[in-house]
Amino acid sequence: MSHMLSMTDVTVCYDNVEAVRNVSLSVDEGQIVTVIGPNGAGKTTLLMAAIGLLASRGSMVFRGSDIRKMSVEDRVERRLCLVPEKRELFSDMSVADNLLLGSYSLRDRSGVQKTLDEVYDRFPRLKERQRQAAGTLSGGERQMLALGRALMAKPALLMLDEPSLGLAPLIVREIFRTIASLRDLGVSILLVEQNARAALETADYGYVLETGEIVQSGPAKDLIHDPRLITAYLGGH
Amino acid sequence: MTSDIAAILAIDGIATGAVYALVAIGTVLIFTVTRVIFIPFGDIAAFTALTLAALDAKRFPGTGALVVALACLATLIEVISLIRNGEVRLLPRALLFYLAIPLAVVGIAWLAMRMDPPLAVRLVLALMLITPIAPLLDRIVFRPIADGTVLLLLTVSVALHFALVGLGLLFFGPEGVRTEPLTSFSTEFAGVLVSGQTMLIVLAALVFSGLLYLFFDFTLIGKSLRATAVNRTGSRLMGIRPERAGTIAYLLGSLMAGVSGILIAPVNTVFYDSGFLIGLKAFVGAIVGGMTSYPGAAIGAVGVGILESFASFQSSALKDVIVFSLLIPILIWRSLATLHSEEEIEE
Repeated sequence: MSHMLSMTDVTVCYDNVEAVRNVSLSVDEGQIVTVIGPNGAGKTTLLMAAIGLLASRGSMVFRGSDIRKMSVEDRVERRLCLVPEKRELFSDMSVADNLLLGSYSLRDRSGVQKTLDEVYDRFPRLKERQRQAAGTLSGGERQMLALGRALMAKPALLMLDEPSLGLAPLIVREIFRTIASLRDLGVSILLVEQNARAALETADYGYVLETGEIVQSGPAKDLIHDPRLITAYLGGH
Repeated sequence: MTSDIAAILAIDGIATGAVYALVAIGTVLIFTVTRVIFIPFGDIAAFTALTLAALDAKRFPGTGALVVALACLATLIEVISLIRNGEVRLLPRALLFYLAIPLAVVGIAWLAMRMDPPLAVRLVLALMLITPIAPLLDRIVFRPIADGTVLLLLTVSVALHFALVGLGLLFFGPEGVRTEPLTSFSTEFAGVLVSGQTMLIVLAALVFSGLLYLFFDFTLIGKSLRATAVNRTGSRLMGIRPERAGTIAYLLGSLMAGVSGILIAPVNTVFYDSGFLIGLKAFVGAIVGGMTSYPGAAIGAVGVGILESFASFQSSALKDVIVFSLLIPILIWRSLATLHSEEEIEE
């Protein structure tokens, strides 16, 4: 069976230091896959390489095309999207303009208004604040905007980097509910998260990344009961 | 100084300031999108005036040869870059944009000139010939160092200005030119005679500023340029190509510099090296706006024009000294008013 995204023996270096080493992972259509691990394990680096912001070695195939040498923009046009840890919103621009720019890569613009309405239905708070500058939103609203903006590109695979970072527990629950509901839209998700419990509860499959290497993988429902992971990442004893 | 003289000086200053405003807005546009302080902008304005003067004199301007040379060089660089990156499929597009279109522009101008075109057509031809220069220079000079520091980009920009001044001397010669006025209309306003040319300059500045506002606020391409200026990484993640945004910024900026060159040519004698002062005064205006605000740059540029006008009445020899001295208090004020982040302080 061919995967939607397949990364094989991917290595990413900062100067001469290998931040990610021979990592292989795959995401299937409609699947939520999570990569968990401690701070500095190389999770964000892996996603930066997947979107093309960092150069990498190894093989990277997305929907049958070798994307490793493609530019970021070419990958986005192929509907591979990233919501980065820093959100990277256009802070001086309005919520509506941020969302509209999310659809920039779409050549067929006939469905943009419909997608915008769907995003507003999913995040009514964004509709209320559509004229407000993105820089004035709260942390939770910013994350909603970052998610909404990514959805405007009609992604086939959405990569999320630490979507719960810095958010209140109530908002985190809302964000993870939204992530789970994206599966129904047919969007595949690669989720990188420090909040291992929430990530594994949402995902179908999980990988554990430590010091740049995959040390464990398996169905999320198995990982969540793994004694080593419970001790290391899930707050258990 | 009587109130009549003050009114005349103010009107003259507003007209000059309006020309600087067009160049200042172009400077801010290019800086925000590409981080390049494009010093040769004034040269583009001066070259437009010289191109128009050559067309008026029924001579094919040297700008044509410059565009052809730059187009060939840019195409060569782009083709080598595409082959090196294994992106051979993009070759036809590169040949179209970097070679075919600039050569077609020069060809059309050359053919049109043989038909002894009227002034309106000559204006369009001058703008057509001047507009490709900055985007081609961007491809040749700035894109290979796009990730460099602002200081590096500025240094290269200054070097490029000197290169263009030399080319200006080669293509246009040392003589100054003054083109025919675009209108002979004049009217009295509050007891002061205002020429149609002055009104045209102010009107053009207002119209272009308005069009730019509409472009940025109501078109997706305009919004994508703003997005690139606000957050380069964020815009790339939306599929916005910074190099394409840069090309659009250079095209728009060149057009504005070109229009300012056309407007200034009938009221000032323009030489091959006149662009430096135009660009520098517009830059002072742009700094008033913090190099990021279009209305701020426009207001600053009009302020520079008015100050220059009054300064030349008080002491013609010292007018440039007075105008550039304005930079010192502005920079102090900007430095005190701007919040510096910890990262900047560490740098």
